[in-house]
Amino acid sequence: MAFENKASVATESDFHKVRAAAMQQFEKVGFPTKKNENWKYTSLKSILNNDYSLFPDLTKHQVQLPEVDTYFLKGVDSYKIVFVDGVYNSYLSETTHDGMDICLLSAAIEKTKYKIVMDHYFNKIALTSDGLSSLNTAFASEGAFIHIKKNIIVEKPIQIIYFTTNCEKDILLQPRNLIIVDENSQVKIVERHQSLSNNKVLNNTVTEVFANKRAHIDYYKIQNDKLNASLIDTTFVQQKDQSVVSVNTFSFGGDITRNTLSFYQKGEHINSILNGISLINGTQHVDNQTNVYHQQPNCESHELYKGIYDGKSTGVFNGKVFVEQIAQKTDAYQQNDNILLTDDATIYSKPQLEIFADDVACSHGCTIGQLDKDALFYMRQRGIPEKEAKALLLYAFTNKVVEAIKIPVLKTKITKIISEKLGVDLGIDL
Amino acid sequence: MLSIKNIHANIGDKEILKGINLEVKAGEVHAIMGPNGSGKTTLSSVIAGRDTFEVTEGTISLNGEAIDDLAPEERAHKGIFMSFQYPIAIPGVTVTNFIKSAINAKRKAQGLDDMPAGEMLKMIREKADLLGMDRSFLSRSLNDGFSGGEKKRNEIFQMAMLEPSLAILDETDSGLDIDALKTVANGVNKLRNKDNAVIVITHYQRLLEYIVPDYVHVLSDGKIIKTGGKELALELEAKGYEWIK
Repeated sequence: MAFENKASVATESDFHKVRAAAMQQFEKVGFPTKKNENWKYTSLKSILNNDYSLFPDLTKHQVQLPEVDTYFLKGVDSYKIVFVDGVYNSYLSETTHDGMDICLLSAAIEKTKYKIVMDHYFNKIALTSDGLSSLNTAFASEGAFIHIKKNIIVEKPIQIIYFTTNCEKDILLQPRNLIIVDENSQVKIVERHQSLSNNKVLNNTVTEVFANKRAHIDYYKIQNDKLNASLIDTTFVQQKDQSVVSVNTFSFGGDITRNTLSFYQKGEHINSILNGISLINGTQHVDNQTNVYHQQPNCESHELYKGIYDGKSTGVFNGKVFVEQIAQKTDAYQQNDNILLTDDATIYSKPQLEIFADDVACSHGCTIGQLDKDALFYMRQRGIPEKEAKALLLYAFTNKVVEAIKIPVLKTKITKIISEKLGVDLGIDL
Repeated sequence: MLSIKNIHANIGDKEILKGINLEVKAGEVHAIMGPNGSGKTTLSSVIAGRDTFEVTEGTISLNGEAIDDLAPEERAHKGIFMSFQYPIAIPGVTVTNFIKSAINAKRKAQGLDDMPAGEMLKMIREKADLLGMDRSFLSRSLNDGFSGGEKKRNEIFQMAMLEPSLAILDETDSGLDIDALKTVANGVNKLRNKDNAVIVITHYQRLLEYIVPDYVHVLSDGKIIKTGGKELALELEAKGYEWIK
């Protein structure tokens, strides 16, 4: 695949320099291959050997609310930043500049009043050594820009949704999100990528999240896309003193889904929370790479990923926790539990700790198993048929992660998706 | 009601039950006692239809109908209930929701519609009150973080809701203090009537002080070696299992 940078920003701008450098970097590094340890179990060959349209004909692509309504959170007031084929859709969106900016990256790039913020934050934690992130930076033109100024509790959740329509060609999109939450402020964000297309879709998305002192951010990623849609999600989180950030990744579908999630602790008394559920079947592939960098003392990280693999699906969990020498009194917990429902399903699980400090409490673990036969018998003895009993047990297996969802309507939605995926009506108001 | 004829059962290549015969009639309470490893839990599992055990010979029938080929859930739908020694926890599924699923699964198997929500709720409350259970208990996740006593009481609550014709209490007394034991036994006694039957499986005699059996069977090395009335339990307690061998 060859790229020509058709970016629309004036060639003299600082932004153009960032992009040009990223393009050069991408040309140097290229796409990752299985020779790279972090890509050992995920091959992008099948999705990269494809002729994608990078700049779709936007005049043709309209969506009507009824066809996409189901992908929004219901029963709750929310801000919405909605894109269709990479372009902002004002009709479906609800943004604000009232005390905070919940708007578009393109606006932040173009308007001078955002220059200081952009210079300070944009592309500052995205890894330049990562080819896919550099590719995204080179093409970054649109995405969500969220800047919550200090001392604001944002009551309404923010939904960021990227739709791809049934356009004439396969499409590659490079959404870019920048999220900055200033001191003492709190926000909840839900991100979703949804294909409405019968053609192939590849989303190569990069998100940078900055949590300043005492900020609270809960970030939810719903990945429940069509079988011809793939997602490469690379998210970087930087935290300052006493901030709390959770990233909750729900991988329920798509062709190839790759999540790379990195936390950088740049202060003390920080809490970083990484939760995930992977629930897939067929030949779907979900790869979760997580990195937690404990770089200051007295911080915590809590990581819990649950995986259920049916059919011939494949899961990868590669979780790394680094505790630097300075990071004394670190509490770091990591757990990855998996259930394989068939002999053909596969999980590669690799929890890793690298500790250079001596006064820390760290643990990691990984389990791979089948359903508990004692538990199944217990439920069947109570008259619950085998299929429903299995579904109920699998639901229970994911429960700890579901319980951690702090938006009630989202919790209900996720529960509903899980019961649908498990193929039964659990018949109970969960 | 329950008729067990010459049941032999293996786990792997090892024969655990070596020809069990047992007749239980409606309205009766039978106690099955025996030392560890005598096959007590195997017997209850085989009646409930657990496939870990392979039945190599014999037949079990319920109300005159052979149940040998039925799945555990099908046996449950026909009225067999087994209280577990170690009930499992299901985080995220409340006591109420679990019992609703169980009852509606049974009704579905019987060709009935789901029990109306109001009726279900009323029944749940009645049974909870009957067993002296706190209402808050009903909205907790099933067995998740329950004490030993709470787990056993919850088993009896489920039994009360499902109204089985045959209840098998497998080591229901294990791990219970005397107060919890009394509560559980009281619950069972309240549920007894002329149409149902109870099999109490236990190592010790003490539960039988509260749930008084009509018959006591002694199981040893996969066979019933002695049958008597309730006084047999006391004799066993006094003399130990060695006496019988």
